[in-house]
Amino acid sequence: MGFLGFLISGISLGSIYAIIALGYTMVYGIAKMLNFAHGDVIMVGAYICFFAVSKYHLPPLVGVLAAMAVCTALGIVIEKLAYKPLRQATSLAVLITAIGVSYFLQNAALLLWTSSPKVFSNPFIRQTVNEAGKKIKITGFQLFDGQLRISYVTVVTIVVCLVIMAALVLFTGKTKMGKAMRACSEDKGAAQLMGINVDTTISVTFAIGSGLAAIAGVLLCSAYPTLVPTTGSMPGIKAFTAAVFGGIGSIPGALLGGLLLGIIEIMAKAYISTQMSDAVVFLVLILVLLVKPAGLLGKKVREKV
Amino acid sequence: MMNRNKNFGRNLLTFAVVIAAYAILQPMVLAGSVSATLKGMLVPICAYVAMALSLNLTVGVLGELSLGHAGFMSVGAFAGATTAIALQQAVASAPLRLAIALAVAAVFAALVGFLIGIPVLRLNGDYLAIVTLAFGEIIKSIFNNLYLGLDDRGFHVSLLEDRTGLAEEGRMIIAGPMGIGNIPKIASFTGGFILILLCLAVIFNLVNSRQGRAVMAIRDNRIAAESVGIPVTKYKMMAFVISAAMAGAAGALFSLNYSTVVANKFDFNTSILILVFVVFGGLGNMLGSVIAAAALTILPEALRSFSNYRMLIYAIVLILVMLATNNPTLKMLIGRTIPKRKGAAESA
Repeated sequence: MGFLGFLISGISLGSIYAIIALGYTMVYGIAKMLNFAHGDVIMVGAYICFFAVSKYHLPPLVGVLAAMAVCTALGIVIEKLAYKPLRQATSLAVLITAIGVSYFLQNAALLLWTSSPKVFSNPFIRQTVNEAGKKIKITGFQLFDGQLRISYVTVVTIVVCLVIMAALVLFTGKTKMGKAMRACSEDKGAAQLMGINVDTTISVTFAIGSGLAAIAGVLLCSAYPTLVPTTGSMPGIKAFTAAVFGGIGSIPGALLGGLLLGIIEIMAKAYISTQMSDAVVFLVLILVLLVKPAGLLGKKVREKV
Repeated sequence: MMNRNKNFGRNLLTFAVVIAAYAILQPMVLAGSVSATLKGMLVPICAYVAMALSLNLTVGVLGELSLGHAGFMSVGAFAGATTAIALQQAVASAPLRLAIALAVAAVFAALVGFLIGIPVLRLNGDYLAIVTLAFGEIIKSIFNNLYLGLDDRGFHVSLLEDRTGLAEEGRMIIAGPMGIGNIPKIASFTGGFILILLCLAVIFNLVNSRQGRAVMAIRDNRIAAESVGIPVTKYKMMAFVISAAMAGAAGALFSLNYSTVVANKFDFNTSILILVFVVFGGLGNMLGSVIAAAALTILPEALRSFSNYRMLIYAIVLILVMLATNNPTLKMLIGRTIPKRKGAAESA
């Protein structure tokens, strides 16, 4: 039963990584840039949801929507102010700017919301009354006579991830904007000649990625409830790793990479060593990249001489 | 011939700037007219300058993005501090001990660089970058769980938990997440200065040599370089290992300036910090790296009067400088003035 429990929590953590990785992979696919500020957008989303729920006593769902709205706007503003002027610059210049944005978000959060950790209250609970007439909070359900405990957060996370993934696949496949995105990631110049507004397409990509980051932030902090200004950075790096793992630029690759990374991390924690789990995760990444240098589902680009 | 002369002039200028900075600062330090904050920062500045030079060799000259350079710094810091502690009785002279520690650190980091280079240098572009990031994190994890003790029977090593079984009078050197404590603070400004000069000499000699030209040919066009018979992996590895060795020595200098050093100091953020120095100073521009590393290490301290806002200002400065240096209108303006200066230099 232990193994099944670890597998489920691995899939749950992996789902969060997958949602974050989607943001990285879509932006990379279209703008060919590593958006290192993405992890900090997650943190902003989590803070917005936290304040909406705990300070203004809004229902959790409204909190999530507010977080998504703020993060989407933030994503568009960041893109317009910091990345758009650098369209023609070298990728390294864009990378450093992204790092600057990341520092900016972290330190702005530090000033606005201080470094003292906020304890994120889990929105996925059910209140019932027990035999003694007392109100109790139930955070999950049990299977196999209580041998396997699954929290509601876990289920919600996995379902949300699958829904997002299906929606995105449909969006990129069927809608006009989705097709424009794929065209831009294939060849920006040719797309522009066909009448596609490349700037709008890139902005929409950032908006979607940042909106997803808000959802990921809420889910992440529901499962791991301490919230500090640097909350987003490590999951951000891991999700970036997941995106590369699955093949950066590929949406199914982000799902696969995220899930595998989550499972490997939890399994390594359970069976190898808690402190060394990160090392195991990165070691697996290196081994995969050595065998498949473009990631699991990445397209292998032929070199033209 | 013309080209070599131009390089020579710029190299000389770089040396001149470094020597002048030392010649001004060292008497001031001896006379005690330097503020305590600046005095405490001199050695870290030297270490960061050496790190920036080392990373500039990888990113600017070799043309591969490394996001795990702090890993080599970490290897150097731990190897150097361990050496300095182990030799505390054997070598009485502090400068000599510093030199030995730095050399040992460079050798260890070069060794790790070689081992990491075997898989890493097979990849290209962003994939190479992410693998260096992964190695940086792995090195951090390992040092966070490494226990190393020294007693009269020699060194004892164990991973994850303390199973070193030290003798009573033995000394625990690396204590897992606690890092190394009671490090003899033997790093000096002069030592750092010499390290920077050595790094500069190595880089300039490399860049102006047959091997260096091969490395730069690989950077500019790998396929073309391969087609004229340059062994790509060999030269990439050479530059990477030299860069790792320098980072190791810089790490040792850094650790020997503090009484304790922990593995978490050398994380992804440190790698990024060094990368910021390099990009700020200009890829392949060593003088730029020296100035950027020194200026950006001092900047957060200089902004201390803004207390809480200083890192925010740092971030804004970073973004604005990147936007300004890549602004097409500004570039055109600079482009109009620079050719004149170049013409003047050539006629002189």
